[in-house]
Order: sequence, then structure tokens, then C-alpha cells
Amino acid sequence: MIAAFFDSPDAMIVLTGLLVGTSAALLGTFLVLGGRAMLTDAIAHAIVFGIIVTWMLTRQMAGPVQVIGAALAGMLTVVLSEALARTRLVRTDAAIGLVFPALFSAGIILIALNARHVHIHAESVLLGEIGFVWLDTVTLAGLRIPVAVLTLAIVLAVNAAFVLGLWKELKLATFDPVLAAALGFAPGLMFHALLALTSVTAVAAFDAVGAILFIAFVIVPPATAFLLTRRVGRMAALAVLIAMASCVAGYALALRWDVSIAGMMASMTGAFFVAALLLAPEQGIVARALHRRAERAANDARTLVAHLFTHQHTAARDAENTARALIEHLRWPETRARAAILQGLDRGLVRREGGLLCLTEKGEAMARGIFDPAGRAQRG
Amino acid sequence: MNPLELLFQPGIVQTVVLGSALLGSLAGALGAFAVLRQQSLLGDALSHATLPGVCLGFLVAGTRDLGAILLGAFLAGALAALSVMLITRATRLKTDAALGIVLSVFFAVGVVLLTLAQGRPGAAQAGLSTFLFGQAAAILRADLWIMGGVAALASGTLAALWKEVKLVTFDPDYARALGLPVLAIEATITLLIALAIVVGLQLAGVILMVALLIAPAAAARQWVQSLGAMVWLSAAFGAAAGVTGALISASARGLATGPVVVLVASAVVLVSLVAAPGRGLVWRWLREARARRAIAGRRVLAAFQGIAEAHGDRTYPTEEGMVETLIGRPAPGVMDRLERDGFIRRVDHPPETTRHWELTEKGHARADRERGDRKP
Repeated sequence: MIAAFFDSPDAMIVLTGLLVGTSAALLGTFLVLGGRAMLTDAIAHAIVFGIIVTWMLTRQMAGPVQVIGAALAGMLTVVLSEALARTRLVRTDAAIGLVFPALFSAGIILIALNARHVHIHAESVLLGEIGFVWLDTVTLAGLRIPVAVLTLAIVLAVNAAFVLGLWKELKLATFDPVLAAALGFAPGLMFHALLALTSVTAVAAFDAVGAILFIAFVIVPPATAFLLTRRVGRMAALAVLIAMASCVAGYALALRWDVSIAGMMASMTGAFFVAALLLAPEQGIVARALHRRAERAANDARTLVAHLFTHQHTAARDAENTARALIEHLRWPETRARAAILQGLDRGLVRREGGLLCLTEKGEAMARGIFDPAGRAQRG
Repeated sequence: MNPLELLFQPGIVQTVVLGSALLGSLAGALGAFAVLRQQSLLGDALSHATLPGVCLGFLVAGTRDLGAILLGAFLAGALAALSVMLITRATRLKTDAALGIVLSVFFAVGVVLLTLAQGRPGAAQAGLSTFLFGQAAAILRADLWIMGGVAALASGTLAALWKEVKLVTFDPDYARALGLPVLAIEATITLLIALAIVVGLQLAGVILMVALLIAPAAAARQWVQSLGAMVWLSAAFGAAAGVTGALISASARGLATGPVVVLVASAVVLVSLVAAPGRGLVWRWLREARARRAIAGRRVLAAFQGIAEAHGDRTYPTEEGMVETLIGRPAPGVMDRLERDGFIRRVDHPPETTRHWELTEKGHARADRERGDRKP
């Protein structure tokens, strides 16, 4: 049954996606929190240069040498961008934007010049070929396992060991780099290690999802999770779950519409992000709009109570404490006035006496709370 | 016909050169604002985000209609810019996360649409993939009119709003205090940048467009100090990189234009960073070396004077080792230079055989001046 699992192309494609998504989400959580998300972009482009240069030096298109060699190119981008920014001749953002296109261009040109020998096509750099991962297998313990799955599983294990093993330290370095430095935890080194692992993961994921779609897996699920919770642990767990759901849903939709599998998986991370952006329980746009509306309604009710309290024992009461006065004197639109009165009635703050609006006991108490919050009048 | 012959047909060369120069200069000129406003990575996000628009333009028009493709790309770019703004305003996510989300998700949708479009008849002729890495040789004569129109629109807007754009670029707070519609002007600049990206796609492609936007501007910034000069120089660099890259790529088989253009532009940046007068690394290094030498000489003179004063003898023969004890070993060449300039003089101090020096009157005067107190 296990052999059947590894022989099924569908299962292998989804498994590859899950491994990429999980690795990327674990690292991405801290990259997004630390404000380094766009370095993923730079790294993902630069590994193309690393992959072709490693091939030219060692003639290897897979395996640990290729992964580490290409990952060095990712780190090269980071280091070069930082060095360029340190000259202060250009700003950090321009430094990143100058270094990775140069490396990426060099990579693409080298690929084009060696096109006869290399089995990478410039387009597969972008799109990935997750649909074919099950073609290239190794036999391990009697099972035929796709090379990509094996590589990605090892990378995931390393990533998980790093993130879980240095959980506290990563958290500290992310949220309080100054304290982390003072305690000797070298936050800079920690983030460079994180970026190095991102490079390694990018190389391992490259064949499957392509350089650029990898960025989606690193940034989008953690950013989505960020909207749903305020705790790092939950954020990482949610990010992994969202990445997994994107893979499964993306694969199903890609089969149905006959489009790029990796592209559809990455698009699904976007769909989840949009859903969270709109519907997140506290930070979502809808929730915040509802919250604002509720606050405005509560405020209107308070205003109404204050208005009635001010005029209730004066000669102007008959003119002021009516629905009409809210519209004519407070200049409220009719709907707003009606909603405020209805809320006052519902909450038992106000009652009607013919055409007049009067405060109930509870309303009186609320008004006294508004005008005399410390209760001085009663004591004095 | 081989590509070289094709290239040297006068009509095609003209079209490619004219098109590349137009696109390169427009991208360079508008890129100046992206760099100065620290929006380089927004340029990156927008250029990746145009991919779905390119594909949709093709899907809707059904053929390679540049107008439809550019309109689609522009709408996608504008939507991407709006999305970045919405995400940064509506959530606590940082700008770089918003950029990364928009870049990768738009690109992913673009990849999906690309596979959809490639299933359609006519996609091969449309050469949709030339928009990925750019292909200047694919520029048609008819395209020049569209590009020229866009370039005229962009430069006209820039010229009309020059003062406002300049103020908003450098001091948005002051602009707001003056009552200028800062948000509208910022939106206009962003739209112009999106426009430059969109028309530049044919030259540099979706993925590398950011370099055509940033590199000329970053290079130009090293040479000049005023916005007007920077925009012109940046446009010139962009045009030069565009034309060079287009010609190189057109004369080699299977080489996309974008990577070549980007490498040419990167070379211009490298030269500018190293050699630009005043700001460049060589100049900085020379300046620093001069300053280091001056400070080293000053310290040695001060040490000599201190020793002379301690001994109550203005011409006290000071041994080299005494200076070393006081301020450490002087850098090589410092003593020789001081001697050559006449601040110190070699003297013999028998029976000792080590090198001894005394401070000349000129040396005393210089040391006094450095110390800031002129003794009578």
C-alpha cells in the first residue's frame, strides 16, 4: 500500500507541493515578521545564477552539491546587497533591486549559451515542472521515491529542526533584536542562517515550483496567518495549514481547468490571503467595518441620552426631546436618528411618552456617568 | 535568413533601435522617481504583476494586439499598486510583505493564465513568452506609434507637473503643508512608473523590468546633484542600455533582450559607483587616504612638540622609539613625508645609532596651528 502511494503520480505531486509549502511557511513566518520578505524575492531570482554556475563547474543538476552551490548564490545576493547599501551610494531597496536582476540576467544568459547541454529551459525557471516530479525516482528501502520528494523531505527536516530548535532565539531576534544582541544571541547571524536556509529551500523547490512561485509559498501563507492570530506559534501552524490547503485545492483546480499546477497552487495562497484580508475575525476588513459601525451606533446612543438628559427638566423639553429635534438640531439624517432611537429603546435607555422621548432609570444613570464620571455631584 | 542578415535590413534595425531607445529612455527617466522615493521594490512588484494583464489582454483580443496587451498590463499594474496600498493601510503587515504578496500572487495568476493562453490557437505567434524576458527584435513598426504615444503622454504629464512632482518627491510633508494634493500627485507618479514598466516589457520582460527602471537612475544619481539633470542622464543611460542590449541580443540566436539590457545597465551602474567624480568609491577612497595621511602626520608632529616641550628644548633630538612609545608606530612613509615637507629634520645623536629627529621651526608653527593656540 505504501508502494502504491509512492507510485501514484497524483500523490507524489501533492506531496511535493506539501513539502515545499511546509518548509516555506516555517521560514516565511520569521521572514515576514522580521520585515525581510522581499529578500526572498532576491534570493529566489539569484539561485538561477547559482544553479547554472554550479552545473558549469560540477556538471551536476541535482544532489547536495548542486543544492549548496546554488544556495551560495542566494546568499551572495544578500551579502552583495548589504555591502552595496553600506556604501550609502544607493538605498537598501535600490541595492536589492540592482543586485538580483544582474545575477538573474547572468544566469539566464549562461543558460541560453549552454542550452544544448543543459536540460533547463528559461521558462521552467519560472513555472516549475511539478507535474513531472514522479518521473525521476530513486529506490530507497524497496520503494521508488521521487528525487524531489526525498530532497524536499530532507530540507524540511533541516528547516523544522532549525526553526523549532531555535524557536525562542528566533522570536527574540525578530521582536527585539537589540535585546537579543545584548544577550549575545547574534540576531544578524540568526537572520543570515534563516536566509541561507531559504536559499537552500528555494533551490530544492526550484524544479518543482520554479523560482518565482516559491516566493508565494514563503510570503503569502505566513502573511495570511498573521492576519488571523497574534501569536507566533499559532501563526506558524496556521501558515503551514494554509500552505497545505493551497496545495491540495490548487492541484484539484489545476486538473479541472488544465492549467499550470504550481501556478494554481500559488494562486490559491493568494485566494486564502484575500479571504483572510476580508474575513479575518478581528483584523479583517469586514470585521473592522462592522466594529466601526457598532461603535458609531453606541456613540449615537450615548449622544441621544446626553441630549435628553440636558433638556429633560428645562422649558425647551417639549421641543428638544423629540425625534424631530435630533434631525433638525443635531443635523442627523433621518435613518441615523431612527437607528439611535431604536437602539436606545432596545437597550432600555429611553422610553416613549406620546411624542416625547424620556430617559429610563438606566438612561439617567448612563447620562450621569457621562456628565459626572467621578460621581462628585452625589458625594458633594 | 540568419538573424544577422535580418538585423542588417535597414527597416528592422531602425525599428529595433528606435523602439529600444524610446523604451529605455522612458524607463530611465521615470525610474529616477522610483529610486528617489525609495520605491525600487514597488517597481519590481509592479513589473511582475503585469503578467496576468499581458495574458488577459491576449485572451480578450485573441491575437497579439499590442494595444490590448499593454492596456491589460497597465490595468494589472495599477490594480497591483492599489492592492499594495490597501494591504499596508488595512493591515499591520509591513510594506515589504505587501509587496511580496502582490508580486508573487499576481505572478502566479499570470502563470495560470499563461498556460491557459498557450492552449489557445495563435499563442505561438503572439510570442507571449517574449514578454517574460523581453525580445526587442519582436518590436513591430506599428508598435512604435503606440510606444511613442505613451512616451509623449508620460513626458507631457511629467513636464506639466514638474514642480509639484519634485516637491512631493523630496519633501512630501512640506508639500502637504502647502496644501498640494499630495496623495493625488503620489498616485500620478506611481501610475507613470507603472506606465513606464508596461511599455518597457517588450524590451526587458516582466521579470527584469525592474532593473531597467532602477539601474539607469541609480547610475545617474552618482554623477549629478539636481533632479532635472538626473532625469535626463538617467534617460540617456536607459536609452544606451536599451539600444546596446537590443543589438547584442538580436545578433545572437536565442538570446532574450532583457538579460542583456540588464547586464549592460548593471555595468553602467558599476562604473558609476566606482568612478563617478566626487561620490564614486575611488574618489572616496582617495579622500579617505588623504585624510588618514594628514591625521597621521599631525599626530607625529604633536608628539614631537610634546617631547620637545617636556625637555624644555625646542630642538630636542627625539628618537624614533620615543614617538612609537607615545603614539604607536607611525604608518610607513609618514616620517619621510614630514621630512620632505620640512617639518622635521634628521639629526645625529652620538653615541646612539638609532634615527633621531628634531622639529624645525616650520614644524613647530604647523603643530601650533593644529593645536589651535598660537604662542607668542
